[in-house]
Amino acid sequence: MIVIGGSLGGCDALREILTHLPADFGLPIAVVLHRHRESSDMLVPVVQRNCLLPVAEAEDKEPIKAGRVYLCPADYHLLIDNGCFALSTDEAVNFARPSIDVLFESAAEWQRQNVVAVVLTGSGSDGAQGAQRVKEYGGTVFVQDPKIAEGPWMPMAAIGTTQTPFVMTLTEITQALIGLAAHRQHLQ
Amino acid sequence: MPPSETSVHREIPPDDLEDLRLLLETVHDRAGMDFRGYAYSSLRRRVARAVSDAGAATITGLHQRLKSDDKLLLDLIRVLTVHTTAMFRDPAFFRIFREKVVPVLRTYPFVRLWVAGCSTGEEVYSLSILLREEGLAERSRIYATDLSDTVLDRARGGVFPLAAMQEYSANYRASGGKMPFSDYFTADSESVIFRRHLRDNVVFGTHNLASDASFNEFHVILCRNVMIYFRRELQERVHKLFYDSLVTYGYLGLGRSEAVRFTAQAQAYEALGGRERLFRKIK
Repeated sequence: MIVIGGSLGGCDALREILTHLPADFGLPIAVVLHRHRESSDMLVPVVQRNCLLPVAEAEDKEPIKAGRVYLCPADYHLLIDNGCFALSTDEAVNFARPSIDVLFESAAEWQRQNVVAVVLTGSGSDGAQGAQRVKEYGGTVFVQDPKIAEGPWMPMAAIGTTQTPFVMTLTEITQALIGLAAHRQHLQ
Repeated sequence: MPPSETSVHREIPPDDLEDLRLLLETVHDRAGMDFRGYAYSSLRRRVARAVSDAGAATITGLHQRLKSDDKLLLDLIRVLTVHTTAMFRDPAFFRIFREKVVPVLRTYPFVRLWVAGCSTGEEVYSLSILLREEGLAERSRIYATDLSDTVLDRARGGVFPLAAMQEYSANYRASGGKMPFSDYFTADSESVIFRRHLRDNVVFGTHNLASDASFNEFHVILCRNVMIYFRRELQERVHKLFYDSLVTYGYLGLGRSEAVRFTAQAQAYEALGGRERLFRKIK
């Protein structure tokens, strides 16, 4: 599955990727964007605009399905648990709830080499520990090029922990994700 | 291209799932506290913290020491039971409760409400304040239960950090609160204590959702963001328990991202209030 994390400027970067994915994109996508705990339900329609895949906030115990975009609801952590999403109201991790690290780490633990983690623009270093865990379990880490990210700090932190060779523009990330999904469909 | 592209997508249980299972067996045997039905991913994060707090290297390392160290056992149970929430979390939930549930509750001579898994009591005090403002305090009783005596003692005490009051006060106002929030507590430099009369109609008691039966019939059950920590099997058990414990046309309140549609009771409830998870038992 694909797990994506973003903070400052993350919503625009996410949309730049999602609006270029084809309707038959064959992998599930789970997204954590840092957002205020009282933020409204406006994020779903904003992300859905011009995106061909169905976008919704993940619900607790919801089975993970391919070809869908799941957003983490405000003021919860989003985790993967045995083929489903799980939510938690445990305390903030590095001042963030939702925490990108929490999503990435649980995805790595359950799905190991089948995880592609994408770290987008943002301030702070959330996602860096989780991306490291994804890599340890044999998964892949894509990072938005800090030179062109609105907030270079989060990408730089993830490059620091993972040394990933996949430091890319949003267009390159999108093409790589499409390639992965198509290749997986071919295998099946 | 990355190597993962050749792998067929399949979910494999995490390496330490079995270690965690064995640890929970020991906790159950030694303390009678049953966490065996809890969902892995959140539990693992909490246990990882206990492992690190204890200076152990692995879950198995903590497990070995737990067998003879009572303090460590209690520390772990504390980490597993404390449940972070806020007063008037999701203010819209309480606003809809005032608008749609309170008028119906007024038609009953006496109202029984159950806050299941009340932890340190944030939800209990929120509900008590709401009932008081709606004139229902005198003819209602809140049953506030948790599996842990330790958190129940804290809930009974009604002491909360002063630093949290700004958030709680804003939540309270957004929920339709009618008074200055500070009327409900007295503060010192670090903490606040909620007024004693808010506990007059509250009964605190131990109840384990994983093993205990229904103990009364209720008009309202609130269990918000508690079952998110349970595996599906335990969640099904608790949903059955709630269904059996609710009067017909009773109300069930869940957390904002919890659903009944993945449970066997899905057809028994109708949803009220759009985005907030407030349900009415209709059959």
